[in-house]
Amino acid sequence: MEMVLEAELEKKKKLSQSRLADKHIGRRNKKNIFFKGLIVVATVISTLPLLFILFYIFKQGVGALNWHFLTHLPNPVGEPGGGVSNALVGSIMILLVSCVIAIPIGIIIGIYLSEEKRSRLGYYCRLAVDVLQGIPSIVIGIIIYEWVVRPMGGFSALSGSVALSLMMLPSIVKATEETLKLLPESLKEASLALGVPYYKTIMKVIVPTGLSGIFTGVILSIARVIGETAPLLFTAFGNPFMSTNILKPMSSLPLIIFNYATSPYNDWHQLAWGASMVLILMILILNIISKIVQRKWKVQF
Amino acid sequence: MIPAISYKAKRINFKEKAFKKTLALSAIIVVVILIAIFLTLLINSFPSLKAIGFKFFYQTTWDPVSDRYGALPFLVGTLLTSFLALVISTPFSIAVAIFLGEYYKKGPVAEIFKNIVDLLAGIPSVIYGFWGLFVLVPLVRELEMKLHVPPYGVGIFTSSVILAIMILPFSVTLSRQVISMVPSHLKEAAYSLGATRHEVITKIIIPYTKSGLFAGLLLALGRALGETMAVTMLIGNTHDLPTGIFSPGNTMASVIANEFTEATGRIYTSALIEMGLFLFVVATIINIIGKQIIKRFTLE
Repeated sequence: MEMVLEAELEKKKKLSQSRLADKHIGRRNKKNIFFKGLIVVATVISTLPLLFILFYIFKQGVGALNWHFLTHLPNPVGEPGGGVSNALVGSIMILLVSCVIAIPIGIIIGIYLSEEKRSRLGYYCRLAVDVLQGIPSIVIGIIIYEWVVRPMGGFSALSGSVALSLMMLPSIVKATEETLKLLPESLKEASLALGVPYYKTIMKVIVPTGLSGIFTGVILSIARVIGETAPLLFTAFGNPFMSTNILKPMSSLPLIIFNYATSPYNDWHQLAWGASMVLILMILILNIISKIVQRKWKVQF
Repeated sequence: MIPAISYKAKRINFKEKAFKKTLALSAIIVVVILIAIFLTLLINSFPSLKAIGFKFFYQTTWDPVSDRYGALPFLVGTLLTSFLALVISTPFSIAVAIFLGEYYKKGPVAEIFKNIVDLLAGIPSVIYGFWGLFVLVPLVRELEMKLHVPPYGVGIFTSSVILAIMILPFSVTLSRQVISMVPSHLKEAAYSLGATRHEVITKIIIPYTKSGLFAGLLLALGRALGETMAVTMLIGNTHDLPTGIFSPGNTMASVIANEFTEATGRIYTSALIEMGLFLFVVATIINIIGKQIIKRFTLE
């Protein structure tokens, strides 16, 4: 009798335990699902600003954007219409000059860092590049003002280019270094074993092999600085007229967006929306080019 | 024949040396540039350091006309906007990092969200500011009316929201890298003991990546401290000490952007450069610490 009772009790206990376990795992599963939901919702919310911004700029900018807009100078206040040709030309010129400055130096430093993985100078150089990347853009503006604008006696597009090249440099260096580091050592050894001198090995074997990575890095660094405004405020300064002299102040897209956006005139806001759209389109195109290059010319070993 | 060969060998030897020298020289140039940046800022802020001294950091009046430069309101403005931005963006950035680093590592969903994050990082600061001015400011104004505070629209809060959006991609990229580096045997061990995914994330991944996530936040903070254009357009540009998160203010970067070209007088310019020096030093320290933590984490 007692035995049976005990067995029964035991059974009941087990049953309740397993139910408890059921309940327990049920709660944990629910928590699991809830957590995933939370993550997904938060992620979707974080992407909303981009969609809002893109949508708003396209909505406002599409009306302003046409051939006239790209080929005419901005009109004075009160006259609707006009374009941003001076800023477009200015942006492109400033960027071209900064590319001429930054790309060779950046690639050379990248080569050095990928070759000298453990040297002391390499360590300091890498640290300096990291720090350079983190310097606020407005501080770069001050520096170039002191280094270039003051000695030259006035604002100039050239000083803007120097400022932007200083901002491009770290990402070009990083891209070059990362790409070349991934290349197998055997590639270099094979070339050296054939008696090819070291500098020819680097310039004719290593760099061409990693060219797609370097190119992508350069394109992305251009996309990054094309919208930089702060370093241009005290350097390129802006110019309401068409100017192609790099020793004189020059307008650029981000500068006129800033100036017109903060003005109280509706016509100018319209110009700024159009300019924003041109800028965003340029950045999108550069990003797409970099993705295509990455995919098409991917170096694989 | 032999002299010709040795002549060629010599030439190659010379080129070889020149090439190596050029490489090393370029590396030295970067270090020199960095030191020169620091020295330029330091030397140019001497007049202000000498004339104002420590009062620069605790005086609240910024009045170029009577040559009084107290940067406390801007210091407070900078810290308030940056930390508030960090508080707003952190939950979202960690969520996105977990989303991309754990739930959706590959596949079309991951690709879409990765591209969105990249694009968010690519939008220029000035466009964020412009959009904020026309979309965010009216929204914040409505919110302020409901809360019965003066409806400026522009101010610390508005700037912080824009900053939060701007630094999100930056911390997401870092945290995602860190999260994807968690060794899979740790996760598998937890799964084999019957842990749910939620438990693996909260009890394995997050504790393991704690230092890396912290570094990501630190670097994002460094980004926020120096951010200029969007904040300049949205903060209201007043020289008073901010009284709350909805009041207008100014950050160090925005004061420099607004006043540097108009600054006349040695001490005025020098005081602005001193703020630049401060930003440079803080950003550099944060950067070095953050990168060191990440490097140590990667080596583990």
